Amino acid sequence: MHIGIDVGGTNTDAVLMEGVTTLAGVKHSTTPDVTTGIVRAIEDLRAQHHFTGAQVQAVMIGTTHFINALVEAQRLAPTAALRLGLPATKSLPPLIDWPQPLVEALSARTYLAHGGYEFDGRPISPLDPDELRAHARDMAAHGIRSVAISSVFSPVNHDLEDQAAAIVRDEFATADGGAEVAVSLSHEIGRIGLLERENATIINAALRELAGEIVDGLTSAARAQGIEAPIYLSQNDGTLMDEDFVRSYPVATFASGPTNSMRGAAVTSGLTTCAVVDVGGTTTDIGLLVGGFPRETAGEVKVAGVRTNFRMPDVLSIGIGGGSLVDLETAEVGPGSVGYRLTTEALVFGGSTLTATDIAVAAGRADIGDASRVAHLDPAFVQRVLDRIAERVSEAVDRMRTSPDPIPVVAVGGGSILLPDELPLFGAAHRPENYSVANAIGASIAQVGGEIDKVVAIEPSRREESIAAVKQEAVEKAIAAGARPESVDVVDFDEVPIPYLPGNATRIRVKAVGDLEMGR
Amino acid sequence: MSWQLTAADLPDLARGATLLGTGGGGDPYIGSKLVEQVLGSGSITVLDPGDRDDLPDDAFVIPTAQMGAPTVMIEKLPAGTEPTLALRTLEKHLGRRADATMPIECGGVNSMIPFVVAAETGLPVVDADGMGRAFPELSMETFAVYGVPGSPLALAGERGEQVVIDTGADNRQLEWLARAVTIRLGGVGHIAEYSMSGADVRRTAVPRTISMALSLGRAIRLAREAKRSPFEALAQALAPTLYSHVVDLFDGKIVDVERRTTEGFARGRVRIAPVAPGSELVVDFQNENLTAHRDGELLAIVPDLICVLDHESAEPITTEGLRYGQRVRVLGISTPDLMRTPEALATFGPVAFGLTETFAPVEQRTAGSLTAAG
Repeated sequence: MHIGIDVGGTNTDAVLMEGVTTLAGVKHSTTPDVTTGIVRAIEDLRAQHHFTGAQVQAVMIGTTHFINALVEAQRLAPTAALRLGLPATKSLPPLIDWPQPLVEALSARTYLAHGGYEFDGRPISPLDPDELRAHARDMAAHGIRSVAISSVFSPVNHDLEDQAAAIVRDEFATADGGAEVAVSLSHEIGRIGLLERENATIINAALRELAGEIVDGLTSAARAQGIEAPIYLSQNDGTLMDEDFVRSYPVATFASGPTNSMRGAAVTSGLTTCAVVDVGGTTTDIGLLVGGFPRETAGEVKVAGVRTNFRMPDVLSIGIGGGSLVDLETAEVGPGSVGYRLTTEALVFGGSTLTATDIAVAAGRADIGDASRVAHLDPAFVQRVLDRIAERVSEAVDRMRTSPDPIPVVAVGGGSILLPDELPLFGAAHRPENYSVANAIGASIAQVGGEIDKVVAIEPSRREESIAAVKQEAVEKAIAAGARPESVDVVDFDEVPIPYLPGNATRIRVKAVGDLEMGR
Repeated sequence: MSWQLTAADLPDLARGATLLGTGGGGDPYIGSKLVEQVLGSGSITVLDPGDRDDLPDDAFVIPTAQMGAPTVMIEKLPAGTEPTLALRTLEKHLGRRADATMPIECGGVNSMIPFVVAAETGLPVVDADGMGRAFPELSMETFAVYGVPGSPLALAGERGEQVVIDTGADNRQLEWLARAVTIRLGGVGHIAEYSMSGADVRRTAVPRTISMALSLGRAIRLAREAKRSPFEALAQALAPTLYSHVVDLFDGKIVDVERRTTEGFARGRVRIAPVAPGSELVVDFQNENLTAHRDGELLAIVPDLICVLDHESAEPITTEGLRYGQRVRVLGISTPDLMRTPEALATFGPVAFGLTETFAPVEQRTAGSLTAAG
């Protein structure tokens, strides 16, 4: 058996699975230290269905922590963006187009330096170590703790990013008291397209400290329960990554929440084409499931207002969730949220903050906490808030669909009690069994992948053979990562020629994915 | 009548210019950001080429553009000084100041470069261009077809390099040399060329292509916001223009993208299959989409526009943005008569791309226009 856990901003959901059968499912408040919430969730699972630590073959965890940190612009490390490319690229410095509040939340500083490569590997200008040292000293002096380094054409040659990283680390180490610095390199994060790759790298850098805390919390929680099985985290595309990978590349996990909720909604509702509305504690995420897979964004993806070139589920997030603050005057909900503090701050839990959950309890849609503490709320006001939520969610679903044709709506997530049984424009909202822990179920069915990214010299007459060989490598890598061989499929393929190099040099990226084989 | 372009127009213009780029021309996003950076809250005067008050016969126009590989443009961003430096270099060489600048290519990033120059210098931009779409070579210009030479050409790089090339009437040689310099500059150069009078603009340019790009981009956006079909909105926006026929060529899923880069061009082919098994569409490209064949039958051919759009949102997809698995709809769009004369076809028709098939208008090859089919 295996355990799927979804750590949201408000709730921690957990399921105990045997194959695709849900043996037990529980929901708990997320705790500030993450660990306690997970420990309690696992204890509750054990109470529902007894198991020993040795019986658990794998723990899969999905978390919206990273995306929430970005959307709420909180818990982000003071970050510097260092770009190598002068005199080119000066017209559009790093962080162009970023929302100002996010720039401030990062205490972001940007630096342009000489370096970078031309398309054919010639340097644009040589690296200037003195210039880099001066930049690094300035970063340290301004309290920067994480640095994103991008260099022009680093996907073709990343030597200068590596060299600049060494200089920055060295300068931080010799600064007053030897400051720690985390360095994220753009060639490890993104592909060709300087601004988008650089943006993703800056996001990754800003999340590095949070990633360390979260991974430590997750691991100690599982070990404290006597579970020695491998721990995996869900990535944006639904495949799993190991804990060490997350510490360095948190950005790869940060959209796993929607992927898991959609895959969970598919499994629990039996519908393969539908709109999925996942109401969590802080946000409502809306996506489309087409033929069982999340519809992916085409081209650029804006994350918290920042342009990147990830491939990820096309999800619209609005600031409505169970923990959302409710304005007593306007009856508007969100985007502010009490988040994981719901069970202490909401009225029904003895707190003093009016939240969307209090409204649901007052309306008799949920039986949580102490209903008498919301009995004073005017029923007309309660109805106005609920109508407004239904209206805004319907509008958002309407924005996501691309034709006026009817589409079934599946509501999942603990906060979906905020939604009526009938949605304006769409009619009945399907609420599958285990709807409240659909994300955890989605995490538990996550798969493992193998990715190959290499430059191959393709002879024109042997293109098919060359590609087939690389695809086979990716399939074997997925199997080595723990995939059941007969379940492995190539899910992503990208072929980009590198111009002006002899032998039709081509950069090939292949991703193969299969079901995790348990108990190996 | 002249009109004013502001930063708020740039996203729609970029979308329309990507569509007219027929897969190439480079992503105008970066170009639009460059304009935005320089323009701020100001505005740029856009001149109607049909209006002699806007553009007198003796006005002096120097078009500006960027040349090079699209992959390089999205990676090695400009220093920002290059486009105006190219214009100033040509002015100095000719001993004459420009009254206006103009695009040489309305598709892709080159719809934006003249606006960078305009925002920086205060010059107006003429609402016309010399391609009526995007093409891979600088010699593939209606300007050239109808007698305006590209020479002299000024080329500028990010380190302040300035190069002037003059090949007389030989535009192919001009292209050949300029491309060689561009490769040495790192794959992208900024240029000023095809300087001409207002009278020459009226005689040789494809008129009102910038306002058309803006209206196409806006039509797609407004239709999406109103939940109407963006494809029908496109057809309606094109109907009153010189590009009035829209043909629905195919609807399906990308099953293979093959690319190779030779002689500085991104060549390749994309195969699109229907969701249910059936016939297959193959689009061949050389920077831009050149031909569309369904099961070997030619449906559309250069210079008519072959546009690959997202199946639902109608967002135009460039050849470098093509990915396995994308759901796409492919449209054929007719081009103005100016671009279909024997002289024009000799310069940028099938034969100019080494194709053996002959040109026939897209609206004659296939029955059923988009408006009729809905």
